[in-house]
Amino acid sequence: MAGRLSSLTLFIALTGCAQVHSGGMLDPAGPVAQVQRDHFLIVVALVAIVIVPVFLALPWILWRYRLSRKSTDYKPDWDFDRRIEWVIWGVPVLVVAVLAAVLWINVHRIDPYRPLALQGVPQGAPPLPVQAVGLDWKWLFIYPEQGIATVDELVVPAGRDIAFDLTADGPMMSFYVPRLGGQIYAMAGMRTQLHLAADAPGGFRGLNTQYNGVDFHRQSFRVRALPPREFAAWAARARSAPPLDVARYAKLVEPSVTARPLVFGRVEPDLFAKVIGKYEGGSAPHHMAQAAR
Amino acid sequence: MISGLSYWIFGRLEWSDLLIKSNAIATGASCMVVIVAIAIVALLTWTGRWGWLWREWLTSLDHKRIGIMYIVISFIMMARAIAEAMVMRTQQAMAAGGGTDLVGAEHFGQLFTTHGTVMIFFVAMPFLSGLINYLLPLQIGARDLSFPFMNAVGLALTWAGAVLIMVSLTVGDFSTGGWSAYPPFTELAFSPGEGVDYWIWSVTLTGIGTTLTGINFAVTIYKERCPGMHLMRMPLFCWTALCTAILIVFALPPLTVASSLLALDRYLDFHFFTNGSGGNMMNYANLFWLFGHPEVYILILPAFGVWSEVISTFSGKRLYGYRSLVLATMCIAVLSFTVWMHHFFTMGQSANVNAAFGFATMLIGIPTGVKVYDWILTMYRGRIRFSAPMLFAITFLFSFVVGGLSGILLSNAPTDFAMHNSLFLVAHFHNMLIPGTLFGFIAGYMYWFPKAFGFRLDERWGRIAWGLWTAGFFAAFAPLYSLGLMGAMRRTSQTYDPAYEPFLYVALVGAALLFAGFVALVVQLVVSTRHRDRLAVPIGDPWDGRALEWFTPSPPPEWNFARLPQVECIDAFAREKREGDPYAPQDGDYADIEMPRNTGLPTLIGMAGIACAFGLVWHIWWMAIVGFVAMWGFLVARSFESRTTRTIPAATVREANEAWLSRARMARAVPREIEFTAANTGRAEPLA
Repeated sequence: MAGRLSSLTLFIALTGCAQVHSGGMLDPAGPVAQVQRDHFLIVVALVAIVIVPVFLALPWILWRYRLSRKSTDYKPDWDFDRRIEWVIWGVPVLVVAVLAAVLWINVHRIDPYRPLALQGVPQGAPPLPVQAVGLDWKWLFIYPEQGIATVDELVVPAGRDIAFDLTADGPMMSFYVPRLGGQIYAMAGMRTQLHLAADAPGGFRGLNTQYNGVDFHRQSFRVRALPPREFAAWAARARSAPPLDVARYAKLVEPSVTARPLVFGRVEPDLFAKVIGKYEGGSAPHHMAQAAR
Repeated sequence: MISGLSYWIFGRLEWSDLLIKSNAIATGASCMVVIVAIAIVALLTWTGRWGWLWREWLTSLDHKRIGIMYIVISFIMMARAIAEAMVMRTQQAMAAGGGTDLVGAEHFGQLFTTHGTVMIFFVAMPFLSGLINYLLPLQIGARDLSFPFMNAVGLALTWAGAVLIMVSLTVGDFSTGGWSAYPPFTELAFSPGEGVDYWIWSVTLTGIGTTLTGINFAVTIYKERCPGMHLMRMPLFCWTALCTAILIVFALPPLTVASSLLALDRYLDFHFFTNGSGGNMMNYANLFWLFGHPEVYILILPAFGVWSEVISTFSGKRLYGYRSLVLATMCIAVLSFTVWMHHFFTMGQSANVNAAFGFATMLIGIPTGVKVYDWILTMYRGRIRFSAPMLFAITFLFSFVVGGLSGILLSNAPTDFAMHNSLFLVAHFHNMLIPGTLFGFIAGYMYWFPKAFGFRLDERWGRIAWGLWTAGFFAAFAPLYSLGLMGAMRRTSQTYDPAYEPFLYVALVGAALLFAGFVALVVQLVVSTRHRDRLAVPIGDPWDGRALEWFTPSPPPEWNFARLPQVECIDAFAREKREGDPYAPQDGDYADIEMPRNTGLPTLIGMAGIACAFGLVWHIWWMAIVGFVAMWGFLVARSFESRTTRTIPAATVREANEAWLSRARMARAVPREIEFTAANTGRAEPLA
């Protein structure tokens, strides 16, 4: 039957993802994505307990009890069996109970707000703070300790917990680096947090996943994880770039796509707080609305 | 002065808003709407059918006619929404790897917004309202719904919303904010045009209509059951209708509140959901999904009801685990209100909250799994006939468990962090809504069509449609699961990763197959109508049905039952066929029957609703006020109408009923092996 065949194809397609991944969550490059991948596989395995019987029993029943076979055990009034009832309620209950326990553990292990416990890193070692601001249609990353900023390029030291603070200066956006894990919304006037780390040096893709207008599909950024020493060297070089002053920031906020990543050598220390503060109280900028009226 | 005057007359509407759009495809669609509208008007005038349309349909309060009109709306809107899906998939496949754009990003945004809005509010909702409208009174042995006038108003508000969304294709632009219309993107600052207003008013109109309908269904089930029809003797479809009605009553008001608050933000500069001035869009997300999550169960529960009827009938067997299925349905209905926050696990709430809502969501998997097993056990020890509705049921059972798996994956915050907003999510909800809801409704349409029109649908074209829908569904959505896991996001008009390309092409082929499946349904309808004499089943029981609706002629008379039936068990009609003589003459006294008198007021209310909403969208204030006042005026006028019913004399009822019974007695009972042949005139020989 075509139905059965196509279901099979779907399953192959689902399991085939492990081979065809192209920088997705099944190819983790950091501890958070690792937990997500493991959780994915555990859920699939546990739910299989419930769904595999359907794939086995249904074809058999359809074959055996088709009208043309004139089965002798036709029982039109058979409609209940207490033992079967225990199994079909009980097994899913047990599966969900186990899933709930696994969920409880993992949801806390990779709580976006919680610093990561990384292997080979001493307990209590401070994470690297990065402030991410979602703009139409670009990401601004501020490094408060280094006093520098980048647009559409996130450079981080490999093996170190990166503590993101996120907000938006524009509509809501969602920050996501598929191979490193996580995803969290960035909203104007609010601060959300996220912790990510890369296992080893490498390059990854990051993006905004929440639709915010015509150039939404172009709001992606490069992530470069460098060995710690190279990161320090990069940050030192970045300081010689031009500063992110008020005028330049005002230009960035305008809806546009930057052709290539930008680097700024100096940032107002409280820019991130100012961006959030812009939306508090009654002084929200409604420049586009006014222009439209 | 002139411009001031033109504002008072036409609001923001300008010549440039009419007909011509940003690109050829949009302009073509816009012109097509106009051409089709003109063609329909011309056809009605040419054939002199205006009077017929008004007398027989637009003024009818008969639940059966209202049900059919709901389903007609659904099919018309489905044509549009599937065409839009085709365009979107073509755009993505063409633009993959930096190819050429078919429609451009702005139009693409409108396409995914209208596709979602239309499919949810103007395809799935009218379809389920139509099915329940048609069947509920027949299945519980009632003459009509409790509030026939309110029922017609609900229908009018639904088509008013549908007309408004069709108008948006020609006049101005639609929203690009997605079917969920999340602010702040949909606030004035970022979406200053008329698009979001179109969304707000079409959804608000239909939302109010649906609320009225939900109240009507619930009251009808509580109050209108025939003697002996205890709740625990109702067909499963009525149970799902009851749960859906309760969900509608509780879930639709939050939607109306959310869309109204968004309107206040946009029209009167309130700040409920704006970025600044104390607004907070998280409140919108809460309100919207407080509606939105129960909504998916509103959509799928009636389909579960259809599956229960279809599988039991075509297996020639009682439903396995009736009590289990009722309990499971109720569990799902209650739990559906406890899970809305899984739609925004990534909005920054605490891990404990995410765990709690993930757990609540997974709990729904338990009763849903039980249902799947119960349906399979219904087939066990049965005699299965592979009719077209049954084939849809089989595709459903296989694919639904895959959708369940992906649903559990999404309900776990750790995995949801990686899949939120991705094509994996798109694949998941289409997996639930196409085989789950839409296939259920199509199966129900094919299964009950002979009841409504007196002839069966062509079986061969039904199977072709099934093959195309099934193949199309898997081809269109299996690749999206993979794409989602690879990190491809929804609502992207183009992608730059060459690895995505083959998947996008397969998805495009799938969309084309789904479109072909829709065409096959149309062909089936045309072919069947042309051969309606050969397919006629006037006696009314072509499938060896089990519930009361099959104990009526096809189509049933306006009054449904000459005398209200008396039932003693589940599947009363099936038992009567095996143990008694359902078609014996019903001697004794027939009584006069009171039926609601036709009225044009609901249609006028719908038209006033369109005027009001259109005026609001374009800031044509006089039109908005006139429309609003007229809506209430017609409602007030109704309260002064004293002659709301008319009486059908007992003699008429007796004559019609005895004629039907004697025809049924004379007809040959048809065995199941030849139920798809011309020999089947609607009297079934039960399996032994």
